[in-house]
Amino acid sequence: MMYLDNSATTKPFPEVLQSFIKVATDYFGNPSSLHGLGMQAERLLTQAREQMARLLEVKPSEVIFTSGGTEGNNLAIKGVAWQHQQRGRHIITTAIEHPSVIEACKQLEQFGFQVTYVPVDERGIVSVAHIEQALRDDTILVSVMHVNNEVGSIQPIEQIGAMLKKYPKVLFHVDGVQGAAKLPLHLKRANVDLYTMSAHKFHGLKGAGVLYVREGVRLSPLLSGGAQEMQLRSGTENVAAIVAMAKALRLSIEKYRESYARLEEIKRAIIGRLQTIEGISVHTPLEQSAPHIIHFSLEGIKSETFVHELEKQHMYVSTTSACSSRKKAPSKTLLAMGIEKTRAERSIRISLSYEQQIEHVPIIVEAIEQAYERLKIVARGTK
Amino acid sequence: MERTYLDHAATSPVHPQVVEAMIPYMTTYFGNPSSIHSFGRESRRALDEARETIAKTVGAKANEIIFTSGGTEADNLAIIGVAMANREKGRHIITTSVEHHAVLNTCKYLQKQGFDVTYLPVDEHGMISVEQVKSALRDDTIIVSIMFGNNETGVLQPIHDIGQLLRDHDAYFHTDAVQAYGLVPIDVHELGIDLLSVSSHKVNGPKGVGFLYVREGVRLMPHIYGGEQERKRRAGTENVPGIVGFQKAAELAQQTMSEKRALYEQFQHIMLTTFEREGIDYAVNGHETNRLPHVLNVAFFGTNVEALLVNLDLAGIAASSGSACTAGSIDPSHVLVAMYGNDSERIRSSVRFSFGYGNTLEQIERAAYDIAKIVKRLTKA
Ligand SMILES: Cc1ncc(COP(=O)(O)O)c(C=O)c1O
Ligand SMILES: Cc1ncc(COP(=O)(O)O)c(C=O)c1O
Repeated sequence: MMYLDNSATTKPFPEVLQSFIKVATDYFGNPSSLHGLGMQAERLLTQAREQMARLLEVKPSEVIFTSGGTEGNNLAIKGVAWQHQQRGRHIITTAIEHPSVIEACKQLEQFGFQVTYVPVDERGIVSVAHIEQALRDDTILVSVMHVNNEVGSIQPIEQIGAMLKKYPKVLFHVDGVQGAAKLPLHLKRANVDLYTMSAHKFHGLKGAGVLYVREGVRLSPLLSGGAQEMQLRSGTENVAAIVAMAKALRLSIEKYRESYARLEEIKRAIIGRLQTIEGISVHTPLEQSAPHIIHFSLEGIKSETFVHELEKQHMYVSTTSACSSRKKAPSKTLLAMGIEKTRAERSIRISLSYEQQIEHVPIIVEAIEQAYERLKIVARGTK
Repeated sequence: MERTYLDHAATSPVHPQVVEAMIPYMTTYFGNPSSIHSFGRESRRALDEARETIAKTVGAKANEIIFTSGGTEADNLAIIGVAMANREKGRHIITTSVEHHAVLNTCKYLQKQGFDVTYLPVDEHGMISVEQVKSALRDDTIIVSIMFGNNETGVLQPIHDIGQLLRDHDAYFHTDAVQAYGLVPIDVHELGIDLLSVSSHKVNGPKGVGFLYVREGVRLMPHIYGGEQERKRRAGTENVPGIVGFQKAAELAQQTMSEKRALYEQFQHIMLTTFEREGIDYAVNGHETNRLPHVLNVAFFGTNVEALLVNLDLAGIAASSGSACTAGSIDPSHVLVAMYGNDSERIRSSVRFSFGYGNTLEQIERAAYDIAKIVKRLTKA
């Protein structure tokens, strides 16, 4: 069995599971309660916050726990928009963001905000100059993802952050869901104001995430209530999943640091071999891409058919991003990269985890090759 | 020292069967329900099943259940979602002064957005009347949000009658049933409820999960945008293990509802007769009978709540001064203030005991006696 859909979600580490069960069972108190059990829970929450902060090299008070990446992105974008709308109602993002960024922007457009979706080049990378050109006097926010979830292209976050230093009133949000724990990014040095993470993408549990909010950045909360999380996010804290997330981040950073070079080598080897197969085009750029994502398309075969064919060999890959794979629309990222629609409808994403070894390369490539051959024969037969 | 947890209304221990039900979805079936391969399909199947089970517990259809990250999000989604989607029809909202902060602060937020909110006062029993709702209703009222049972006093509101009244009005009826769920049988159709919030961690499920029931046809603007999960009404990768755990908790809650009711009523009786027998000066806050069985809020005259809670904690009894969610501080309870006024001694001397899974008769007998002893000691000085 080979699970190669780690960009959709990852398998939790066994240690993460242990933490979750332990906290959920033994330290179940509400962190807001004043009695012993409540204080224990609060202490665990504080420790998890400090640990996350240390790993991200930020302050504990800058770590806001959320229910996941989608909530984090919504809070960042709408939180800035509602809070700073007097100053301006213009937002800049890119054409290849995750739906949780794009759709949040679309909602704001309904309320009179203007959004510029900056295009990307054929590699799926946005240019700093294009972002700078899009800036206006009334721009309040620039939101750019770190690693694209479909093709794996890395956006020039450090350079955009450096450029934005000249525009101190413009806030900078980074959707770090696919990059977190996998690629180094120093939030302070990169001048990032807001950064979204989701635990289930780095071997933590679903239903927990973090929004980093730089000290001094003011946000309008998305959820009102008991004023938890420095008043930015109300709701009883999901303590067990949060403690488990802190552990997952530490372990992930270690494991991906160790396996970075190996994954990069695997990625290059797979891309190299896929490129020699007739009918396959690779869309992940060789340079400036994350080590764990490989995206390609197959001429003549629908991606869904291909996913199921590979599944017969117990290899699990995906069509575009998990979030949109059920609606069967062509990948927006590929379209934005200038790839034609029929190609974009036939695309497959492989996403690796730290578990992949170099010996897996031939197994993966041969499985793809054979599945493709079989389907081509079937396709010819039905003509 | 044995510890007795009497703060189940703040949060409750996860039932062992709930943890057991969750584990496979964190080890074997960890897929993203949106993925089309078998890992995804297995997760999706679990999600669909949980939705069916949970829908039935309130007499709803599966497509009327939106999973959320908890009660707070469900309340926010219900009220902001209805307000924003129906703002052309009107901008008036009716609620009560004793709601949980998840409702109250959401209404305050909407006031800043130009909505007009009526906060109905309660009587000394903690109740509102249908007549109050009736006279507050206007042509431009778009939502009435009234909690099912109060989290501090357990007092039940006349949900059925309000539901009846609102059948003849365009306004939607939302109720925060976070405390009532699992202890009171709820049928949304019989009660005329359009939207209903529930939180898993109050019924021995995991934290970080809840649901909002939204009757088919209700116009609602989503609050969290992104992928197409939850029929486009709540984006974000679904918390599958959490939802599976919630399903198990909901099943257990339904199966044990009547025995729990009887047991907690017995607990209340034991506590009150012990206080009586020990001759301490006390009064129950809220309506005498029209209350949720698991919440008992008592004023101990002549004591100070902070000292009382510290002493209870030292004796191994975990209780609270009211809502745990007013993060950290012991501010006077807005619920007790609404019932008795700012000057009442009750708002400085009241403790909430709330019962739940794991509490035994012996525990309650001993706790009641210990409480009486502490109260006597504190009032002697
Ligand atoms: C780049 C990116 N942003 C945001 C998200 C949303 O995160 P979550 O699934 O935790 O809501 C995802 C994953 O679905 C993603 O890949
Ligand atoms: C009546 C009531 N509503 C809403 C909530 C909020 O639910 P959650 O803690 O799941 O956000 C609570 C509990 O804190 C509650 O008691």
